[in-house]
Amino acid sequence: MGRQGKDEAGPVLRLSDITKRFGALAANEAISFDLAEGEVIALLGENGAGKTTLMNILFGHYVADSGEVEAFGRKLPPGDPKAALSAGIGMVHQHFTLAEQMSVLDNIMLGTEPLLAFRSARDAAAEKLARLSAESGLAVDPAAKVSALTVGERQRVEILKALYRDARILILDEPTAVLTPTEAQSLFSTLRRLAERGLSVIFISHKLHEVIAAASRVIVLRGGRVVGERRIEETSAAELASLMVGADVPQPALKPAAPGRNMLTLEHVTAQGPGGRIRVEHISLSLHAGEITGMAGVSGNGQSVIAGLIEGMITPEQGRILIDGAPVTRWTPKAALASGIARIPEDRHATGMIADMNVTENVISERHDEARFSRSGLINWRAARDFALKLISAYDVKVPAPETRVRLLSGGNMQKLILGRALDGAPQVIIANQPTRGLDVGAVAYVQQRLAEARDRGAAILLISEDLDEVLSLSDRVIVMSGGRLSRPMARSDVSIADVAALMAGQGFEARGLERNADAA
Amino acid sequence: MRLEPVADASPSRLVGYPALALAATLAVTASLVMIAGADPLAVFGQVIKGAAGSQFALLETLTRATPLIFTGLAIAVAFRARLWNIGAEAQLYMGAVATVLLGTGALPLPAPILIPILMAAAMLAGALLLLGPALMKMRFGVDEVVTTLLLNFIVLLFVSYLLEGPLKDPMGMGWPQSPRVIAEAQLPRLIQGKRLHFGFVLAIASAVIVWFIMAKTTLGYRMRAVGHNAQAARFAGIPVNRVLAMTALLSGGLAALGGFSEVAGLKGNLTLDLSAGYGMTGIVVAMLALLNPLGVVVSAIFVAGIFVGADAMSRSAGVPSYIADVMVATALLTMVAAIMLTRHRIRWR
Repeated sequence: MGRQGKDEAGPVLRLSDITKRFGALAANEAISFDLAEGEVIALLGENGAGKTTLMNILFGHYVADSGEVEAFGRKLPPGDPKAALSAGIGMVHQHFTLAEQMSVLDNIMLGTEPLLAFRSARDAAAEKLARLSAESGLAVDPAAKVSALTVGERQRVEILKALYRDARILILDEPTAVLTPTEAQSLFSTLRRLAERGLSVIFISHKLHEVIAAASRVIVLRGGRVVGERRIEETSAAELASLMVGADVPQPALKPAAPGRNMLTLEHVTAQGPGGRIRVEHISLSLHAGEITGMAGVSGNGQSVIAGLIEGMITPEQGRILIDGAPVTRWTPKAALASGIARIPEDRHATGMIADMNVTENVISERHDEARFSRSGLINWRAARDFALKLISAYDVKVPAPETRVRLLSGGNMQKLILGRALDGAPQVIIANQPTRGLDVGAVAYVQQRLAEARDRGAAILLISEDLDEVLSLSDRVIVMSGGRLSRPMARSDVSIADVAALMAGQGFEARGLERNADAA
Repeated sequence: MRLEPVADASPSRLVGYPALALAATLAVTASLVMIAGADPLAVFGQVIKGAAGSQFALLETLTRATPLIFTGLAIAVAFRARLWNIGAEAQLYMGAVATVLLGTGALPLPAPILIPILMAAAMLAGALLLLGPALMKMRFGVDEVVTTLLLNFIVLLFVSYLLEGPLKDPMGMGWPQSPRVIAEAQLPRLIQGKRLHFGFVLAIASAVIVWFIMAKTTLGYRMRAVGHNAQAARFAGIPVNRVLAMTALLSGGLAALGGFSEVAGLKGNLTLDLSAGYGMTGIVVAMLALLNPLGVVVSAIFVAGIFVGADAMSRSAGVPSYIADVMVATALLTMVAAIMLTRHRIRWR
């Protein structure tokens, strides 16, 4: 394995022979690598490859069974995040660690200010934040309450928080999982700019194209071991993918679409998102049988309202929802389920699954009052368990038993479970909101394949995704959402990435005569 | 020092840490007993003897456990759905008020008819008392911790008013107490001449019924789903507010049954000292039982045993019976720590 860091300055960070076991599972096995000053390296691997464990050891959240970490030539005491922090290591976690009820500035200052701070300290902090924000290109409103921010904005706060603490080594865990392609691009150029100024970056990812776009060196992990280390110019996406999964990656096979009748229509709908931040007005949208409609757009532009409307979580203030041509009356999650709408929610932890209940209890959540799972108020746990076993095997969920708490499942397995729960019973309408967010390559392909299959058997699908590649590769038609407005649907063959990118940035709606959106044909 | 989750808790962890918790409880109380100038071993011996050392002691413990089972169940049910009912004390008193209102001669019926009516009336009174805070939580987002807590004082003052006014026993020599319930309204004693009454059987039956509801019915499933993740429950089509309302009715009703059982089974009338803080102790009982309805029976008997045993001990050893409060509180704290430790591993740097 080539050591890159043995140049004159010496590595800023050196990991030697890190091994960490959880019971019988070796999460990390003899992992060693160096990081040089101003270098951006990517830690690539599927979910469960040991990336996050490794970073948690590096940052002192876990203690390695053996091996050591050296930063700037000095050994870091194991299990001490404070030492890691003061050595100049900053970490941005995949799941954010922000105080929701506090402002952006307060969050960034949190833990850095003395107990009794004067107003001037706050002003200085605000100044520093503004400077960092300008330098890095990470724009946020320092006075905004974190609870009012979108996921994308929250991540910017997290990165700024690390920079604010003068991090010289920045670790990013799946940083682009919540970003749009444009935002991701700008993050990468931010990282490069910061790297030129001497910041060293490790970013954890399972997305090949962004690894290639952002890193100068890639370390591939599989099953807790380093299976390859490549300079980016010496490798290819195909090679990295096969290193990562240990086999060739399947691509979803798409047959030509055969769109049928209108299965679900939003007719001049006006609605308000939760918290009243996002509002959509006079939106019209139709989903046709046997067709995938892909909705692209930057997070927080109204997609969640559209998803909420279809899921039954949001009731329209004005306008109608029609299912198979018939207008709905009382619109609730239950009514949406009864109308045969399958839902894959945006946030599988907060909305999709109940983490502290087990697999069986979770898979019946949407159907527990159907006759097959309960009679006169009594749940038939045997039938429920059989159903769980069926989904586990049909959707290839890796879980010891149906009695396992969902919290212990990986993101990919959780999503497979949600997919199975939603797709069982051949639903006619499917709303999939960010169905592959945060999943590894194998799981992404799996989810996409299942959605394509559902389309082929005649389901009408709305795919909402911030991953433009995904929208473009899976959808039969593409619509773009920006600022609560919906573009005219475009056939996939007519779509250019430039057009979509412009629409995503909010340009071109008026110029094209697409003020709000016309009736979706 | 930090905590790391362990995937599977081994049997040695599951037994070892609770045992350690018990040892820690004994160590803490022993040192307090020594400060009080008594011999810890003798004191513990007398507590155990006073709680379970004779038929009388054992029956006394079970008698004391009876209202704690009811309030413990009320709390377990509510907390499971994340409805923070801190007002079991008030609901217990409302159950007692309903029992006295209808049980002192207003309904001249035979016992097999009257007792179920009284139970239903008591449950209704307690259920409605908790329904108010639950509805205010749903409609206006009013914190139920505050409303249920304050209702304790309101209800206690209301009972005090009743006992000085409309419900005052004319034969009570001026004491603030209600008339006694009629013979048909009284629960039979389980053993002739002893204090343990049929309310204990009702409490055990309630625990089994609540366990059944939580584990086997759609209502229990929904309550657990709402408690673990209300947003995901709503997404899955579960009517969250209706479930919370049902939880409130069930929880309030259970606590009120405790009041019924104390009046109809033990005291015979309503006084202001009907409950020795059973509503609040019910929280400890439920938490010690990890909100498990069957566990509530065990933990209620355990807690009752400490109180009864400490009473007996203080009479002979001269150590204040407040030591019982310390023991119960220490047991709760150490058990909570033990439960966490069975699921996590401590790393010392």
